[in-house]
Amino acid sequence: MNNIGIITSREYWTRVKSKTFLLATFLTPIGIVLFMAAIAFIFSRGSDDVKKISVFDPTDLTEESLNTRSNLELTYSDQSLDQLFSDYKEKKINGILEIVPFGEATSTTYKANYHSDDQLALDESMSLENALSRQIRKYKLVSLDIDEETLKTLETDVSIAPQTIESEKKITSMTSIVSGALGAVVSYAMFFIILLYGAQVMRSVMEEKINRIVEVLISSVKPFELMFGKVLGVGLVGLTQIVIWLVLLFGISMIAAPLLGLDPNSMPSPETLGLPPEAAAEVPMEKVNAILAELMSMNWFKILPLIILYFFGGYFTYAALFAAVGSAVGEDINEANSLTLPVMMPLMLAFYVGFAAMRAPDSTMAVWASMMPLFSSIVMPVRLPFDPPMWQIAVSIISMILFMLLLIWIAGKIYRTGILMYGKKASFKELGKWLLYKN
Amino acid sequence: MSILSLRNVQKRYHNHIAVNNVSFDIPEGSIFGLLGPNGAGKTSLIRIITGITGADSGEIIFDGQNINNIRAAQIGYLPEERGLYKKMKVGEQLVYLARLKGLSKRDAKKTIDHWFEKFEITEWWNKKVQELSKGMQQKIQFVATVMHDPKLLILDEPFSGLDPINTNLIKSEIYELNQKGATIVFSTHRMEQVEEICEHIVLINQGQKILEGKVDDVKNEHKENKFKIGFKGGMPSGLTKDSFTVISDDHDELIIQIKPGHKPNELLGELMQKGVNIQSYNEILPSLNEIFINQVKGVSYE
Repeated sequence: MNNIGIITSREYWTRVKSKTFLLATFLTPIGIVLFMAAIAFIFSRGSDDVKKISVFDPTDLTEESLNTRSNLELTYSDQSLDQLFSDYKEKKINGILEIVPFGEATSTTYKANYHSDDQLALDESMSLENALSRQIRKYKLVSLDIDEETLKTLETDVSIAPQTIESEKKITSMTSIVSGALGAVVSYAMFFIILLYGAQVMRSVMEEKINRIVEVLISSVKPFELMFGKVLGVGLVGLTQIVIWLVLLFGISMIAAPLLGLDPNSMPSPETLGLPPEAAAEVPMEKVNAILAELMSMNWFKILPLIILYFFGGYFTYAALFAAVGSAVGEDINEANSLTLPVMMPLMLAFYVGFAAMRAPDSTMAVWASMMPLFSSIVMPVRLPFDPPMWQIAVSIISMILFMLLLIWIAGKIYRTGILMYGKKASFKELGKWLLYKN
Repeated sequence: MSILSLRNVQKRYHNHIAVNNVSFDIPEGSIFGLLGPNGAGKTSLIRIITGITGADSGEIIFDGQNINNIRAAQIGYLPEERGLYKKMKVGEQLVYLARLKGLSKRDAKKTIDHWFEKFEITEWWNKKVQELSKGMQQKIQFVATVMHDPKLLILDEPFSGLDPINTNLIKSEIYELNQKGATIVFSTHRMEQVEEICEHIVLINQGQKILEGKVDDVKNEHKENKFKIGFKGGMPSGLTKDSFTVISDDHDELIIQIKPGHKPNELLGELMQKGVNIQSYNEILPSLNEIFINQVKGVSYE
């Protein structure tokens, strides 16, 4: 046992103290924030050359009040089209928007002409179309004699309010959305962390094998101690990194977001994306509050420890497999691919099932997958915010732990033979034989 | 008294027997040669002794106890394929390896300091292994093998890759450790080194023990009754050649082999009778190299 401690602490400290770890840990959150800022920046821009457009509107359909993107400079002109064309030829303007008189007020299509040899950019033409559409709406209201207020009353915001019958938990209409989003984040994170650190365990095993230090090591300690110490050490590194990231992400987004000009208003809003203005309704404060209230109402004292338990369960199960694969590979890292495939497949499947479970957490597939080893560690955390029955959690955890122990045992058997085998990588048949070796 | 006794040790990998019913003793305080051609089963045997793999059957007694109860702290093993963590600092790495051998952190530092001073390499402590030359890494590996003061040292080709100066340095360290009571097991196929260093040997081929014993005894057992006669003046013609055959005849040196059933003295008597001016009359003992080759060939022809 003492040896495992020494090994774990080496695996942990050499990683945590390494430059790569420091860089990855501290630069990744900064990178993510910068990336998000860059995306916000990209969406807030679009084409920014100023375009001078003369609007030719003899019927005054637009009432000289088209409201568009800031880079479109609209001038309303009384001149004839021919005069405008000569303006265009003299390069005073970039184009002419010809407003055609609107026909029947009940018509649902309308076309205006844009005269120019240069195309409008997609967002520019969308912006013009939206502006026109708004004006036409106004025009129609008047010509069809419809009262704006009456029209508004036609629209109803419908939501289904869940009411529990026996359970004490208060459920609001936000519950499933917030739970789903939370589940998605957790399952996504689980998948990547297991993959990332599992692969690290594999590389580290291969490195020791190729270095031949493994022979020195296992003349002092049992192969199982070495494998277990490594898996544990790398897992703790993963946990450390996650904790630092959470703290940093929180801290950075609190401090740096305003500095980077990253406030919610500059995030891509439906308007700038060219969506109809109806969708541009601001996220009202009450919705934010509802989400926060929903998050607060969750039983974190149950969910968090369970998530950590599932993290370790899933990580240990897969990391053991990765360690076994690493030990069976020869000198060439490319050989690892065919052996990692069987490990990757359940992991990928679990990831997709987890996503499906987010939308339908009580579907038969989600329920069964969340109780199946290899899947449960990714699928069950998705379901946790939806408050699954206790017995399912119990079955899921017990089966996960039993299976984890079985896999660690199997991996240990493959590992202790594999690390001493040099030359070409082992086939699955050989791996099977290694299981049967005595010592 | 023997520090290590192997009794009917057997190890089988799926199709072939790596170690076949091998038994021998390693006397305490000796320098012992474990010999054999490539693929003879030396490494398998060493791995069983060091506990890296287990034997299928048989027994290994270390210092009067079953070896499974002791091992790590008492054995130092220098594998043929050297290996260290390339990116770890030399000092930290040695402390780590020492702790796995059961030393406390403080003791580990103390003993490593001692060895570093001895080898005059104290400035290497904070260097990464990959910054060192191969020969330097060998020295570090040697320190890693001996730093916990093991009773039994197993050295697999310890001098490969070392220059003559470092070879001598390591050799004298090995002698010194032996003087202090450590038993040394040498695994090699470089016979001249064995002849120089070892007192006892065991020869393994195709997983089986072929011969075992003190180097002198082994040589005497395998002598071929060859003699070298140095003389002055001419060799008289008409020697009765019933008792020997001539192997080579230089103008003042004759190498002969006495036929079975005859004694060296018979020839000596005859030569003296004929008035040959004899300067020397020596028995030629076979070199370990010759014995090795003969034995290994003999087995593979069977």
